[in-house]
Amino acid sequence: MAKNESAIVVKNVYKQFRLPHEQQSTIKEKFINGVRRKNKKYTTQKAIKGVSFDIKKGEFFGIVGRNGSGKSTLLKILAGIYQPTRGSVSVHGRLVPFIELGVGFNPELTGRENVYLNGALLNFSVQEIDSFYDEVVRFAELEDFMDQKLKNYSSGMQVRLAFSMAIQAKADILLVDEVLAVGDADFQQKCFGYFRKLKKQKTTVVFVSHDMSSVREYCDRALLVEEGRVAKTGTPNNIADEYTKLFIESRVGKSDGNQGESAHLGTGQAKIKNIKSQKTITKKSQNLEIEFEVLAKVRLEDIVVGFRCKDSADAAIMGTNTKLEQINSISLDGGEKVRINFSIPNVLNNGEYVVDLMVVSSDGIVYDWIINAVKLSVKTEKKTGYLLEPTYRVKVT
Amino acid sequence: MENLKSLRQRYSYSIILLKQLVKTDFKLRYQGSALGYVWTLLRPLALFTTLFIVFDKFLKIGAAIPGYSVYLLLGILLWNYFTEVTNNGISSVVEKGELIRKINFPKYVIVLAGSFSALINLCINFIVLSIFILIVGVDISAYIILLPLILLQLFVFSLALSFLFSALYVKFRDVSYIWEVLLQAAFYATPILYPLALVPDIAAKFLMLNPMAQIIQDARYLLVTQETTTIDQLYGTHMIRLVPYGIVLAFCLYSVYYFRKQSEFFAEEV
Repeated sequence: MAKNESAIVVKNVYKQFRLPHEQQSTIKEKFINGVRRKNKKYTTQKAIKGVSFDIKKGEFFGIVGRNGSGKSTLLKILAGIYQPTRGSVSVHGRLVPFIELGVGFNPELTGRENVYLNGALLNFSVQEIDSFYDEVVRFAELEDFMDQKLKNYSSGMQVRLAFSMAIQAKADILLVDEVLAVGDADFQQKCFGYFRKLKKQKTTVVFVSHDMSSVREYCDRALLVEEGRVAKTGTPNNIADEYTKLFIESRVGKSDGNQGESAHLGTGQAKIKNIKSQKTITKKSQNLEIEFEVLAKVRLEDIVVGFRCKDSADAAIMGTNTKLEQINSISLDGGEKVRINFSIPNVLNNGEYVVDLMVVSSDGIVYDWIINAVKLSVKTEKKTGYLLEPTYRVKVT
Repeated sequence: MENLKSLRQRYSYSIILLKQLVKTDFKLRYQGSALGYVWTLLRPLALFTTLFIVFDKFLKIGAAIPGYSVYLLLGILLWNYFTEVTNNGISSVVEKGELIRKINFPKYVIVLAGSFSALINLCINFIVLSIFILIVGVDISAYIILLPLILLQLFVFSLALSFLFSALYVKFRDVSYIWEVLLQAAFYATPILYPLALVPDIAAKFLMLNPMAQIIQDARYLLVTQETTTIDQLYGTHMIRLVPYGIVLAFCLYSVYYFRKQSEFFAEEV
């Protein structure tokens, strides 16, 4: 197999949808509109506006983009579910799409029958399914349930069965859409294990995701879709940064020094006040300082005060509280207040971060929790593409 | 070579899918009903019994026809097949919408699967019919070997209409209501209950141009009694057969063309 052979070539693809202007909801409206069908108006929605790219054989290719950017439409065009309005898509090899796990699963059929039905949709003959049936059942850990109807399965069991079928797929090219968004941590570990195996086998994978850390980890190359166009193709780190920038701009608004949209949660028996923090950190040596007051409305014993720092994709990356730091228990009378200061060596790489602050009881009752209380932007000298950039001391002896 | 290989691959996928869809349909059809598949037999038999009592015993219409009970049952079974295929066909694509939006597969398989399910039912019903034939004692002629050809015509005609309706139904849900009304009228416009001799000649000539009338009368001619009026007897020429055959062919060509054209957009419209 030549190294630079293409698996998928997308040339100047456009996709338009015709959306009827008026919703016909009643029979009468339908009748009236049926009589004067010519007057019916359509809005043309341009979902994809001239997209071209190609994916090489053996590549792990990421497609990222915000909701409504057109990435799902693009994936469906690659899968052959939608036909492009203009342009062409050529696929070289057997392509299996996983827009959803367990396609065709029917709740009224037994687990066994569903394996055969889903298998047929994945292009397996009965003989082929017979040959790996036991393996599927074992991997899904459903040995005792295969003759029960699917409607009696828990959702976790259904996902396990579907996933066990999916990994049997013999494809040259796999399309994976946010499949990882479902399931518990244990299941996600299985998924990631499968990804590593695919990568080792040099299967071509097209991976659509919101999760930048898995894009960074698995993809060889990635593409950012924005408003139906290719905004950028490049290394996964590059694309993930670009995506993150888009995301924070839309979420917090254009950087004007405001604290973004913050929200209060909790019982209100204590209040967080007078928050002080830097807005920008420009030097590596500078500590990140977060300081605020906690005012108790009533007598509160053994309260715990903490913070949580999130990156621009809303993933919590660090945080601590007074209990973890073994600060002697804090108890306040009604009207009493206390001042807390967290000082953290700056290990963050360049980027935008937000901080949540919280006051809770020792058994977890939330008195006050401010989401996005502090917005922080780190602008130091950037060396690596990683999220963290501590000061390294390297010795060569 | 490459083309030939990929063509064969696609074909094998369709066959695998077709088998599974027919099987699934078979399993799900009478889910949770105590009598299960017996209903396939009971429904046409119930209709038959009602009509037989009314038309043979009360109205004495059947007296003119030897073996009227078999004659009537055969007509009902064939008509039943036709309505089952087309009625299931209309909504078949829309019902599989969830699937169509998730995976790319040859859409014609959906319609074909419905047609095969009904064909299985027809076969089961034919077993009952043969028992009837044995009881009533109909003289079976050698012409019976032509019966599969008639059934093929019925299969193709019903399937063609299903393709057309299922694709139309994606866009216009009125299709199912229109077809319901048309079927009701067609049941009486087709000589299922009554012998053609009861109808004025002009009307009979017109009614027999309908492929369903031609099919049912031909089947009766072959299987029950050669006193059945077929379309060529009525017109006195074999050439007249070209009209119902032509209608079937025209529907067939147009339906396939329309379905293929529309199936590209099923995923977004369904």
